[in-house]
Amino acid sequence: MARTMTGAEMVLEALKDQGVEHIFGYPGGAVLPIYDELFQQDKVKHILVRQEGGALHAAEGYARSSGKVGVALVTSGPGATNAVTGLTDALMDSIPLVCITGQVPTHLIGNDAFQECDTVGITRPCTKHNWLVKNVNDLARILHEAFYIAKAGRPGPVVVDIPKDVQFATGNYVGPSNIAHKTYKPRVKPDQTAVRDAVDLMARAKKPVFYTGGGVINSGPKASQLLRELVRLTGYPITSTLMGLGAYPASDKQWLGMLGMHGTYEANLAMHDCDVMVAVGARFDDRITGRLDAFAPNSLKIQIDIDPSSINKNVKVDIPIVGDVAYTLEDMLRVWKSKAPQLDKAAHKSWWKQIDGWRAKKSLSYKNSNDVIMPQYAIERLFALTKDRDSYITTEVGQHQMWAAQFYHFDEPNRWMTSGGLGTMGYGLPAAIGAQLAHPKSLVIDIAGDASILMNIQEASTAVQYDLPVKVFILNNQYMGMVRQWQQLLHGNRLSHSYTESLPDFVKLAEAYGWTGMRCDDPAELDDAIRAMIETKGPVIFDCRVATLANCFPMIPSGKAHNEMLLGEDVSDEEVENAIGAEGKVLV
Amino acid sequence: MNMAKPLAKSHYVGPGAVQAVVSRTLSVLVDNEPGVLARVIGLFSGRGYNIDSLTVTETEHEKHLSRITIVTRGTPDVIEQIKHQLERLVPIHRVRDLTNEGVALERELALIKVSGKGEKRIEALRIAEIFRAKVVDTSTEHFVFEVTGKPSKIEEFIQIMTELGLVEVSRTGIAAIGRGPVSS
Ligand SMILES: Cc1ncc(C[n+]2csc(CCOP(=O)(O)OP(=O)(O)O)c2C)c(N)n1
Repeated sequence: MARTMTGAEMVLEALKDQGVEHIFGYPGGAVLPIYDELFQQDKVKHILVRQEGGALHAAEGYARSSGKVGVALVTSGPGATNAVTGLTDALMDSIPLVCITGQVPTHLIGNDAFQECDTVGITRPCTKHNWLVKNVNDLARILHEAFYIAKAGRPGPVVVDIPKDVQFATGNYVGPSNIAHKTYKPRVKPDQTAVRDAVDLMARAKKPVFYTGGGVINSGPKASQLLRELVRLTGYPITSTLMGLGAYPASDKQWLGMLGMHGTYEANLAMHDCDVMVAVGARFDDRITGRLDAFAPNSLKIQIDIDPSSINKNVKVDIPIVGDVAYTLEDMLRVWKSKAPQLDKAAHKSWWKQIDGWRAKKSLSYKNSNDVIMPQYAIERLFALTKDRDSYITTEVGQHQMWAAQFYHFDEPNRWMTSGGLGTMGYGLPAAIGAQLAHPKSLVIDIAGDASILMNIQEASTAVQYDLPVKVFILNNQYMGMVRQWQQLLHGNRLSHSYTESLPDFVKLAEAYGWTGMRCDDPAELDDAIRAMIETKGPVIFDCRVATLANCFPMIPSGKAHNEMLLGEDVSDEEVENAIGAEGKVLV
Repeated sequence: MNMAKPLAKSHYVGPGAVQAVVSRTLSVLVDNEPGVLARVIGLFSGRGYNIDSLTVTETEHEKHLSRITIVTRGTPDVIEQIKHQLERLVPIHRVRDLTNEGVALERELALIKVSGKGEKRIEALRIAEIFRAKVVDTSTEHFVFEVTGKPSKIEEFIQIMTELGLVEVSRTGIAAIGRGPVSS
């Protein structure tokens, strides 16, 4: 049943029909009609951020922690350009977002009008799809399509650009329909022959490993359940990318820890030496593979991915399976159970023995100190003191992010929000705000660096406005630690502009925003301070003063293979400085 | 997949084993909506793929369908990626690699301006006949030839005309369709 209404009303109507409860936005001339509609209703709650970049990351944190589509609303021109980083971030990490942008009236488009920019042109390469709506009668259909595209298949961000005259114009509203999309029909059910071949190969493996990624999380909680079942049934070891943490419980004995550039020794060596690799919703990113021609050189590979372009992109696989992770794992489990394969128990026993040998290296160990707080220790304590709570962790980007991934352990999916693909400093605070909004009763902590936190610090004000008690735990080393580490590795320790000369007083900064500020620089007082942070009702900035020059290990230097890791304990400064060869230097 | 294969070497092709670059004609059926060509071209430039030839026109007006014909170059792995990346674009109905399927029927049209007097002019006209090029504009000092055919034929014609007073060339780019009774 078509109903007549204005374009601006349609936006609100479509949001309600899509079940949207919260949107993150910032007003401006080109979206005023939509803001006027927002004012006159109370179903959709609008969260006013302090910069559009914050809206996009908040929507990401909301989406990733809840499994829903995140929604942002921004004005034309600078509103839209400020959204670009968040859109790119969501594209890289496959986060479903719908971003509605205002546009100058259609008759002004192309005239360099005030606050005009070519939003669809600028966002074309950083969205899954985008639309400029020129006719109000297309608006409702496009909005519903936008939600479908954002979440179908490999999720991602979409932009709907709505000129102001279209917001005022009257037209026919249509509700969401169940009619199949004309062109976009991603395959979700796997090919059964491939599933059987994969199970056969897995059953014959002597040195198997599961390598899982963000695709498991995106597929939904059921995918994580099925993954656990399959991994336990096979008894095989499992590792995961940064984006996939939590899909498999880190407390389980089959868990090897994260793999990749800052992954554990056992995870990377198991990848290097395996004979059968089962990649599940993971895309063989360069942070994972290290040197490509030495990546798991003696393995046959199975790859499950919903996006055919992720298969054989960086690494050739032997059994590609295009499909949704949950559907595929369900089929694999069924086939595995019905075959009840005879496994090579002896081989698996010696594989686990080999893995235990690698584990014994204790690659995450570090030299603790009684005088200064080691950053690793700070995360260990944070984990120990929060693990029994219902908590969600976001991060910024840098060493603290990697330490968080190494030392904070996740037993559940959707609990860990980090900018993996794009590596966006400034992600963590707005993402925490989004996550807190989706989980008002939970403990939400942004593990931050002193440099990153300043990139979106203005969102502290948003947290206060909406009573969101997020905690920002800053590992304050006064450096852009990760940059400093790379300068030490690659550039003769010439620390060009990686030291922040004049950091703010974070305690006063917190107070200025109406937060609680805390500081700790004594390992002996750390536990009490963390407890105090947790007990504090409102938002807290915790300025944790840590050792300034700690490096993040283990590390696979750029251009090196998995079995050429640098381990923390026994590397000298000289080894660190000579770790990367000439070809490695040009890599990022 | 041959499951009898022993668990040995990976299929991974390292930098040591360089694949040869091949040329492929892709036929891409798309919804003719605003920006669709920009999406396709942006994909190619953004991911560093080559475009040797590109043509696009609406081919089914009622359904608003356009056919984009792209001639591209790359290793077989890159071509495979290009196909998958194209298929990921929302307004794309299907992508076919006509070369790989061995069904590519390719034609191009070119307008070629040649100027000259005397012997060269007569020679140009003689060669044009051999190539079945039509004269579509002329004066005592020039011809404009219209020639259609496979791109290789057009190349050859241009090559010869270079010696006979070639002034300029305009080519449509390649239109391609699959051979046989079924639609491509
Ligand atoms: C927006 C943005 N700009 C620059 C970078 C490059 N970069 C990566 S890590 C880093 C330093 C981060 O420093 P800090 O937040 O203090 O964290 P630490 O590494 O010290 O833990 C920089 C500048 C980035 N990832 N994102």
